[in-house]
Amino acid sequence: MKKIISLMLVLVMVFALFAGCGSKDKEGEGDYAGTIKIGVFEPASGDNGAGGKQETLGVQYANSVTPAVEVGGETYKVELVNVDNESDAGKGITAAETLVSQGVSLVLGTYGSAVAIAAGPTFDKAGVPAIGITCTNPQVTEAANYFRICFLDPFQGTVLANYAYDNGMRKAYCLSKMGDDYSVGLVNYFVEAFKKLGGTVVEEQFEQGNSDFSAYVANAKKNGCDVFFSPVSTEAAALIINQADAQKLGMPILAGDTWDSNVITGAAKGTDVEIIVTTFYQEGGNPEFDEGIKKWIEEDSTNLANNGGNTDLAAVTAMGYDAYYVALEAIKAAGSSDPADILAALPSVTYEGVCGKVVFLESGDADRSEAVVKKCNTETGVWEYVATQTVEK
Amino acid sequence: MNFMVENLPYLLAGISVGGQYALIAIGYTMVYGILRLINFAHGDMFMVAGLMMVYLAADLPLYLSVPVVIILTVFLGVMIEKVAYRPLRTAPRMSIMISAIGVSYLLQNAALYATGGLTQTYPDIPWLSQTVEIFGANTKMVTVITPVLTLILVIGLVMLIKHTKIGMAMRAVSRDFETSQLMGIDINRIITVTFIIGSFLAAIGSVLYFTNYTGVMPTSGAMPGLKAFVAAVFGGIGSIPGAVIGAFVIGICENIIKGLGWTTFSNAFTFVLLIVILMVKPTGLFGEKNIDKV
Repeated sequence: MKKIISLMLVLVMVFALFAGCGSKDKEGEGDYAGTIKIGVFEPASGDNGAGGKQETLGVQYANSVTPAVEVGGETYKVELVNVDNESDAGKGITAAETLVSQGVSLVLGTYGSAVAIAAGPTFDKAGVPAIGITCTNPQVTEAANYFRICFLDPFQGTVLANYAYDNGMRKAYCLSKMGDDYSVGLVNYFVEAFKKLGGTVVEEQFEQGNSDFSAYVANAKKNGCDVFFSPVSTEAAALIINQADAQKLGMPILAGDTWDSNVITGAAKGTDVEIIVTTFYQEGGNPEFDEGIKKWIEEDSTNLANNGGNTDLAAVTAMGYDAYYVALEAIKAAGSSDPADILAALPSVTYEGVCGKVVFLESGDADRSEAVVKKCNTETGVWEYVATQTVEK
Repeated sequence: MNFMVENLPYLLAGISVGGQYALIAIGYTMVYGILRLINFAHGDMFMVAGLMMVYLAADLPLYLSVPVVIILTVFLGVMIEKVAYRPLRTAPRMSIMISAIGVSYLLQNAALYATGGLTQTYPDIPWLSQTVEIFGANTKMVTVITPVLTLILVIGLVMLIKHTKIGMAMRAVSRDFETSQLMGIDINRIITVTFIIGSFLAAIGSVLYFTNYTGVMPTSGAMPGLKAFVAAVFGGIGSIPGAVIGAFVIGICENIIKGLGWTTFSNAFTFVLLIVILMVKPTGLFGEKNIDKV
């Protein structure tokens, strides 16, 4: 008797599965000529989980605004395929392979250069183009199929060094995470530029999983530095800010685009810590976009949670939004959903996004020469615009 | 004076983190003393206590959420023992160890699911997280409180073990499991009490630790857990004063190393120290005497 019941249950489950498939297919056929899959290669957990989720939000919002693309006179539905690369270079490769095997036409992401660098060869081998959204390490586009729409670390490092030197800072304490391509790379470019200007630096690194930053803050104070430069992940950032406040660091903290997140403003609110970052976008740069995405985030509790519980916009979200449209432009230019065609069409794609114009250079990098400098208002917990910085090349 | 002001933060941080390791290490060492089991889930229980605080403090006032967290952690510790260890009591020791590793991963993954992989910010506990100045060095109040509180708790625990009936029973069980059973000691009760004490201290340790280092993520328990375990081995596993001294030595040493500018070597140093001590004294600092084994 038991066996018969369990058999019946299994049968019901199997039929339910088929029923689900059937109705889905019909829906697709009714409205669109077919679907084009875009892979979203982002971390949803691990060190960069918060940032990855915010970047994904931008892509998802863009997809909700423009859910279809016209190719060769027919309208195709755009389906986002999400994978979690867990902010880990090893797991990222598996996640990249998952995307490839799902038959995506192109890939967007990822937040965190280290994982993008690790996954590059996988996309190369599969012939799938990838568009990096905010991975700023130069090595990312060494993979032939990797493009990106953001500025690069040598540029960002120089901007930060110039900013520090122009504001009278002469000795910098630089903290990076051991084995993390993004922070180590950015610190190197900063140090190079800062030394060239005539400043001195103290460099230190911390290990994966470290949560005790008291000694690093104490070291910065002991060495009599003028500025604390730590372009590390937001998870570590919150701990550093907390510790800096407890020990009364007494010098500004400088960081890169990663810190442009409401995790940071949340941690800094109500403290005496001065935080300055360089980034891609400042809220208010495009009011129409701001309003639309805020409404969209607020409507869905999952989105709200993914954005850290409020509707403060991160620059990575705006970049994610732009990246989706760049992808659509590429698909339109290619006139097909075949990865090889898209790859061939990508270099000539241009797009005017909310974060400025995207034009690809021969290397696959975007031609960008501007960075927004922001400062955290520790009373209200929001970012305030300081300047738009450019560097002569 | 200047030298003092510059270097005091390291010492303070060392003493405070040492106290927090000590509270976790006691849990390891007591369970080992009684069951001869290394409870790998202990560090993760510490992390779960931190997460529970994050979620509870969102809804409850702090004076309620702290005791509730402690009670829930104790409950969790006892349940883990009941569900994952007790059925395996007669099984080979290796099986129960694997079961402990399983529980550890279960807790980590449950936490991953609950948090969605994002770091949760630990709530500010008003008095503990306020900044104080000691001889010109700024630090959090919790740094000063931790060693004091740790010592009070340890003295209380030693008194309990030395001077009460249940303490006597615990000592007996740690000496000889089977004989004490024959002498009419309720083994299960003793083991439950051991887990209650261990979890209680881990919960207090988690409040102190996360007030200082405010990010709680699913892997937050791993490193403090490992260091506390090292401290327990260092001091001679099974010995409570040994675990406490070991924890303070490790906490202070790793911060001094960081202060000397060798920040990246601080963990390596901790483990080299462990190897050296074990080569010279294989049973750890206090391992041989077998007096306070509980």
